[in-house]
Amino acid sequence: MKDWERQKAARQARIQAGARHARGKAIAVTDLSDFLEAVLRPGDRICLEGDNQKQADILAAALADLDPTKIHDLHMVQSGVVLPEHLDVFERGVAKRLDYAYSGPQSARIARMLFGGQIELGAVHTYLELFARYFIDLTPNVALIAAVSADAQGNLYTGPNTEDTPTVVEATSFKGGLVVAQVKEIVDKVPRVDIPGDQVHFVVPAGKPFYVEPLFTRDPAAITETQILTAMLAIKGLYAPYGIRRLNHGIGFNTAAIELLLPTYGEKLGLRSKICTHWALNPHPTLIPAIEAGWVEQIHCFGSEVGMEQYISARSDIFFTGSDGSLRSNRAFCQTAGLYACDMFIGSTLQIDLQGHSSTVTANRIAGFGGAPNMGSDPRGRRHPSEPWLKAGAEADPDTPAHLRRGRKLVVQIGETFGDKNVPLFVERLDALILAEKLNLELAPVMIYGDDVTHIVTEEGIANLLLCRDKDEREQAICGVAGYTEIGRRRDAKMVQRLRERGAIRRPEDLGIDSLDAGRSLLAARSIKDLVRWSGGLYAPPSQFRNW
Amino acid sequence: METLSYRHTAMQRAGGSKLVAVVGVVASGNLEVLAERVLPDTECEVDIRTAAEGFGAVWMAVVADFVERRSPGGLKLSINDGGARPDTVALRLAQAVRLIEGDD
Repeated sequence: MKDWERQKAARQARIQAGARHARGKAIAVTDLSDFLEAVLRPGDRICLEGDNQKQADILAAALADLDPTKIHDLHMVQSGVVLPEHLDVFERGVAKRLDYAYSGPQSARIARMLFGGQIELGAVHTYLELFARYFIDLTPNVALIAAVSADAQGNLYTGPNTEDTPTVVEATSFKGGLVVAQVKEIVDKVPRVDIPGDQVHFVVPAGKPFYVEPLFTRDPAAITETQILTAMLAIKGLYAPYGIRRLNHGIGFNTAAIELLLPTYGEKLGLRSKICTHWALNPHPTLIPAIEAGWVEQIHCFGSEVGMEQYISARSDIFFTGSDGSLRSNRAFCQTAGLYACDMFIGSTLQIDLQGHSSTVTANRIAGFGGAPNMGSDPRGRRHPSEPWLKAGAEADPDTPAHLRRGRKLVVQIGETFGDKNVPLFVERLDALILAEKLNLELAPVMIYGDDVTHIVTEEGIANLLLCRDKDEREQAICGVAGYTEIGRRRDAKMVQRLRERGAIRRPEDLGIDSLDAGRSLLAARSIKDLVRWSGGLYAPPSQFRNW
Repeated sequence: METLSYRHTAMQRAGGSKLVAVVGVVASGNLEVLAERVLPDTECEVDIRTAAEGFGAVWMAVVADFVERRSPGGLKLSINDGGARPDTVALRLAQAVRLIEGDD
């Protein structure tokens, strides 16, 4: 007779093997290696929790330290390859195959290891896509996760940085997998239950909090006049005419500048309550002035941000908070919200080609995707109308009758024509293509496909690709805002002029913006200290952002 | 260090009566522009000393656009460049003209 309960039995065997090293559900840090060797099996599919923000760092270090003769060929399925240990597991032969989404700080080393064949790559995903696969064909055998505290039953408190945890646990625990959580401490009663204890099999009290990267903190002091100009163009040339109320911002300085211009420039244009009211966004410190000035109605967050905890707790009308008062973030839900319930994504990138494809991959760095391709794509399954979505749809397709016309999400790329060290933003050919050839990938790692991009904003103006009717027009619209880059200097002046007359290119002067007005005095906060002041002392910036 | 010089015919004389204006700073990624009203009304000269070599074609394009947009007739503009990006150069040139055209 066929055995239909092999997964249950396998988990039971893991729990029994692990229990020999445990007191109740608790595993001492000193027993962690023995414990992991007891519960893991060669070839296991492992989700080691970590994304662009929080990290199960103690568990990562223990995993990288295992004896590869005992535990090997692991298949890592994880959001982020961020800590050195995430790659050490491959270097040491503990792990073999990798499916992931984001690799910010390890982007150079992961590229070297992929070139060297030390990692067998499954695919680079978006967060939401990888989460989806946890439930279909990449379900973890073991999840190694991070929380703030646990009680004796294994109930977990994840605090403001809940992020991926519920998704990872759901996929693992309800499908015969084992869940191991590192926590700072075991307490009598957790402040709130983020993960119920019956889904958690073991808990490791690490004696210190899990690591969190302050990835979404942008120092206003570093914002340039050109970034302010691009922000003015975006507000007056896109947010205002489309009436963008529901949106997501990327993490760059250009969008930080937009956030800081809302209470000043935006106010002057009379846009309060007309734009930027509902957000899928991490708690960006640079949004504090707009929140305090009454611009924002509500924000749902992927994760938290270091130093914002107290401010968020004191602004529960704006943020989603739990019974303990602190933020409840959830990456999967927020990604879904950004995909289906936002009318605009705006973010920066490193390279844009003449078709409008963009990528943050450069020849020697694979930064991964994170959430941007998900935010920055037009959801074909969307069915609810909104003014900006309908307007964009009508611009793209004026001939189809309104009742049968799809709307369009605004997907906006914003940046200066030249980046750091005078590297041009606009290129003939993306480095992502070179990389795909080198690694023999079936797909080049394109962050946002050209057919999803609706607008490109640079200091030269706004290219509206919705209004371009063929390939040549698209190319010239892109050249038209590419400034003095080689691509830009190649533009056909006559065609660019015609596109400008049609509004497919809008220069600062077409929008009534004088580039000489783009001064730093327009920023609602010009330093981190100004942000602290705006927050009434509730924002506590991490030490690397304090210069006082 | 590279030295470049461009001479253009300007449509109009730069307004105002100030004789000299200075904007910007010599710093990495930035530049200083000295504007002097020393040329005939329809002429404009831009002299550049730059730390970044090999960007002659970009400078030529930036200067040509600047002369067309701002019509800085009568001005000699001397640039001390610390490897600024073209958008910063265009901004500082425009700021220099606005300053020399100002009343005070």
